[in-house]
Amino acid sequence: MTGVRVAGVGLTPFGEHAGRTGRDLFAEAALAALDDAGVAGDEVEHLNYGNFMGALAERQGHQAPIMTEAAGLRCAGTRYEEACASAGVAVREAVRAVRSGENDVMLAGGMERMTNLSTAEVTESLAVAADELFEVRAGVTFPGAYALMARAYFDEYGGDREDLAHVAAKNHANAVNNEYAQYQREITVEQALDSPPVASPLHLFDACPITDGASALVLVSEEYAEEHDLDASVAITGTGQGGDRAALQDRTDMARTPAAADAAAEAYGDAGVGSDQVDVAEVHDCFTIAEVMALEALDLFDPGEGVGAARRGDTTRDGDLPVNLSGGLKAKGHPVGATGGSQIAEMTRLLRGDHPNSDAVPDATVGLTHNAGGTVASAVVHVLEVAE
Amino acid sequence: MSDAEPDPPANTGYDEWADALADGGYFVECANGHGSLPPRRVCPECGSTDLSEESLPETGEVATFSEVHVAPSGFGEEPPYVTAVVGFGSVRLTGIVRDLSAEEIEIGTPVRPDVERNDATGNRLVVFRPA
Repeated sequence: MTGVRVAGVGLTPFGEHAGRTGRDLFAEAALAALDDAGVAGDEVEHLNYGNFMGALAERQGHQAPIMTEAAGLRCAGTRYEEACASAGVAVREAVRAVRSGENDVMLAGGMERMTNLSTAEVTESLAVAADELFEVRAGVTFPGAYALMARAYFDEYGGDREDLAHVAAKNHANAVNNEYAQYQREITVEQALDSPPVASPLHLFDACPITDGASALVLVSEEYAEEHDLDASVAITGTGQGGDRAALQDRTDMARTPAAADAAAEAYGDAGVGSDQVDVAEVHDCFTIAEVMALEALDLFDPGEGVGAARRGDTTRDGDLPVNLSGGLKAKGHPVGATGGSQIAEMTRLLRGDHPNSDAVPDATVGLTHNAGGTVASAVVHVLEVAE
Repeated sequence: MSDAEPDPPANTGYDEWADALADGGYFVECANGHGSLPPRRVCPECGSTDLSEESLPETGEVATFSEVHVAPSGFGEEPPYVTAVVGFGSVRLTGIVRDLSAEEIEIGTPVRPDVERNDATGNRLVVFRPA
């Protein structure tokens, strides 16, 4: 089995790109990734592309050929959709394609266009990721679903809104000097606590924003990197995916995310690293409570310990295990179909040393990314390591 | 071709199940005692295809809930409304709580199931009322 290197990463700034098409956003990220890799577009053998709500937001289905064309590629493409884990799955399948020996050069990433819709329309579109019969019809929104999980977590393990506010403040602080982040500004714990309620116990500043953006990665085989003398020092050494019942009501324990635990166990085993070796993590904090449950599912904190991690300083930039140095979905933004690729782009930059926050983790060699779909009915985890 | 909105899709199995909530409701049980909700051909827990319909317990307990302040467009329910997941023995149901404010609900609050029509969507709407 050949190793997989991240040869190049490309991102658009995350935020509001009024008037721009999704294809233009993805082209920007794809060309940046190819330029970063020093690989020509005609070398790419397949595009793995993540997108969730393009058929609703831009009335554009069948996006893979649109995006291969926009990026100037000469190959076929496939769109992957697992809600907010769409790009994570696209990357995972690209890793598997390279490992199998089938392909040497893959472009993987995703795009989402969201801010052209109203908040109510985005709420309706995102709710499509929940169970239509048993959740959506009962008024479950995306924030509402995580609110149901948050209350179940508080009931089972304790913790409160102030713990969650510390997660929000931490991730905003990390985003301040990330040029790709939607909110490059700090917020205080008090501001988070005082923000208006969205779905109790979650308030506005517990939630990620509505975001336009795209991400792209050039993934190559070790052999290709060597033959072409590419500067590709970061390897994807572990990949894992987990699934769960779609509706929260059908989960054994609504305060936990076993799909992420399964994905992590697979990824750790695949990479041959333990959770105690992780130096830095990017986790799927679509809501503050989601970061808490991710930390526990990834075996970085024991059950009940994740909720206080930011408040104690364990996961802040000067803590033992910095989490979401990019700003996370919370402050960097969450263009849902692009997020899984963005997390790996950010982790690659952190490990290469060219991220604005690399100075927080100068000796890091093992990074973890966690991308979740819906209420973690889908989860994808990757282990990245400094290979040279 | 008519300009009228198309009818919402019929969902055989689900529709009958939701309608039956007005009279207490039922769930699907497999030969190994796992509960699930219709339509089912196979138990999602163990794969058993030996399934029967059993009556729901008369009352359930709130397992978790949220007061929702931002509703999806076109949903019809005026926010804030309270969505709850309620445990009824081996199954849980998700619905909107009637006749109790968020302040009056806590985890463990007993409720009974019922069904309404959502006038905005035409869909059946699972609701819970104080037991």
